[in-house]
Amino acid sequence: MWSFFHKLGSPPWLYGIAGSILRYLLPVTVIALVVGAVWGLLFTAPDFRQGNSYRIIYIHVPAAVVALAGYYVMAAAGAVSLIWRMKMADVAMKAAAPIGAALTFVALFTGSVWGKPTWGTWWVWDARITSMLVLLFLYLGVVALYEAFDNKEAASKACAVLSLVGMVNIPIIYKSVDWWYSLHQPASIKFTGESTIDSSMLYPLLLMITAFYCLFACAMLMNMRAELLEREAKTGWVRKLAAEGAH
Amino acid sequence: MHPVRKQRLYIVLFVVVFSSAAIGLVLYAMRGNINLFFPPAEVVAGKAPLGQPIRVGGMVVDGSVQRSEDSLEVRFELTDFAAKVPVSYTGILPDLFDEGQGAIASGRLDARGLLVATEVLAKHDENYMPPEVAEALEKSGYDHKGVPQ
Repeated sequence: MWSFFHKLGSPPWLYGIAGSILRYLLPVTVIALVVGAVWGLLFTAPDFRQGNSYRIIYIHVPAAVVALAGYYVMAAAGAVSLIWRMKMADVAMKAAAPIGAALTFVALFTGSVWGKPTWGTWWVWDARITSMLVLLFLYLGVVALYEAFDNKEAASKACAVLSLVGMVNIPIIYKSVDWWYSLHQPASIKFTGESTIDSSMLYPLLLMITAFYCLFACAMLMNMRAELLEREAKTGWVRKLAAEGAH
Repeated sequence: MHPVRKQRLYIVLFVVVFSSAAIGLVLYAMRGNINLFFPPAEVVAGKAPLGQPIRVGGMVVDGSVQRSEDSLEVRFELTDFAAKVPVSYTGILPDLFDEGQGAIASGRLDARGLLVATEVLAKHDENYMPPEVAEALEKSGYDHKGVPQ
């Protein structure tokens, strides 16, 4: 187990293993996204109250779920980087931030587009929506803070602390609809008890959530590979790769 | 674990626990202000300010919606099953606004306890199902939440 942990610290090994995972994960992701989207958008029944507009759930919920989970990935990488001073954890943390920001933006944007025909407004400052906006700023804050330092070590330390402090927002977002009166409805998919979304609508949604997790993993591995090449540009293994003209 | 790393682990845990506690206390102190709307019971109990812009949220009482003949004015009542607040609104209601469904009205309370709304939002719940399933549930005597009627 420890040897695996030590190998993770080796840039060429990480670059290689990320490449081999991507070779299989990328096609799986594309297939899952296409099947899930076609299933959800074309082959499920309309909702009894919202009609067809509810179908935006197949983008909105997966993006939001993975945006929340991605924050834990970023914060965990930040904690590893703080405690073990592991460079590859910095790479992972830096790779996760822009993807999380993009997913949060997608969740906010699709939520806004969904809100107009159902609630009658694009935006309202309720607890769920506002805390989600804070999540977007946290992600963007990590990206900006990293760029603000010339010294990479100081940058990753500051970003790790920011991600750890921001972690408190995740349970707040999750529970906001239960703790306070909000316009946003509570969760339909429940871990305990029966979900309040019909199973014919639930299965494509679960497939889309899985597809978005895979998408997050793919984007993160690609970001990590690019960051590794940039950091290690002057080392032997990168020169060798460049000379071979490899992928 | 190496003592230096162990110490850094404790610092990380300290940061997480204390920032959570601090933000938790702030949210606890502001809990009333984080709510998007007042339930009708609090409005009737006089907890909502008069003449100030507020939001009231609840279910639209069955049979309470009255539309004006010659204008866009509409009157209805919001309830949380403990109290009722009458609302008047002039404008176009969202598509999902209906009797027996959730709604949030924002406006000012006048002296008689009428909420003069400037905006009405429809609130929907977390139940999604095809129309046939909803019909079948209704036929067997349940509403869309699976509660017997």
